[in-house]
Amino acid sequence: MAAESGKIDPMHQFLVEPLFGTDHLALGGYNIAFTNSALWMVISALALWAFMLMGMKRAVVPGRWQMAVETMTGFVDSLLMANVGEKGKKFVPYVFSLFMFILLGNLLGLMPLGIVGVHPFTFTSHFTVTGVLAILSFAIVLIVGFWKHGFHFFSLFIPHGTPAVMIPVIFPIELVSFMVRPFSLGLRLFVAMTAGHVLLKVLAGFVINASNAGPAYGVTVGFASFVLMIGISALEMLVAAVQAYVFALLTSVYINDAVNLH
Amino acid sequence: MDAEAAKLIGAGLAAIGAGMAALGVGNVFASFLEGALRNPGAADGQQGRLFIGFAAAELLGLLAFVIAMILVFVA
Repeated sequence: MAAESGKIDPMHQFLVEPLFGTDHLALGGYNIAFTNSALWMVISALALWAFMLMGMKRAVVPGRWQMAVETMTGFVDSLLMANVGEKGKKFVPYVFSLFMFILLGNLLGLMPLGIVGVHPFTFTSHFTVTGVLAILSFAIVLIVGFWKHGFHFFSLFIPHGTPAVMIPVIFPIELVSFMVRPFSLGLRLFVAMTAGHVLLKVLAGFVINASNAGPAYGVTVGFASFVLMIGISALEMLVAAVQAYVFALLTSVYINDAVNLH
Repeated sequence: MDAEAAKLIGAGLAAIGAGMAALGVGNVFASFLEGALRNPGAADGQQGRLFIGFAAAELLGLLAFVIAMILVFVA
């Protein structure tokens, strides 16, 4: 029984594999093979590009597609307006690209393309990818903060009205909470996506193993797991959207700190 | 105790953290709904804060999941 269930490895879907025979491609001693992760990033970027291109006809009376694009841009625009204010307009292109890239990556990874033999790869389920996106956001916060306020940016770590005696205590706490932001930002997206995909694969393993164990198990355990999988799949689509939104929201909250201080 | 067994027990115990985070996330949304039904006019303006609270509560549960994964697959 143990060997049988061992056949379905829920972690196999996260394996990064070089494609198109590029596994020994190197640049300056580093392997730069074109992997399935990179392929799905390219697909996400192309999908985003196509989505925008078809909706940017600037018709006075927008069609359905233009309406969809305007809803998404308007959503990010109002997000930054609510969190940063008028000065946040400059960051709309960055936050919009980030939000749409993560959203498309999450959703494309959930596509049931395995039926036709294509195995979608969720690149947001890797900390290397989400970590770099988080560092990008964090770098923008640091650059904007120091550019606009110089060393006055450090006043971010001392909230208004802090008694002088408390400053030596508050400053390190605020500094640490500031420095863990890129980690928590990247980790949240990566773990949420990983956990969801592992859960779906474990349930899929239940369905297959129960069906193999005979009709009685197939109907009771297998069918129940299958119904649960449908529900979890719907939940995962919600999580995919919520995590992309949370990433964009926290990025705009951090940008607000850099632009407006406290 | 066998080290392998201890690892798996630890991974199982980490699931308690995930359950606690479920309480936290439920509490965030429950409190939001409670407030939103009392004053629906102010509800829309607080959605950003709702999701910040959700993200903070959820992160701790996800950390518990990371601990479990590290114990099972890495350690």
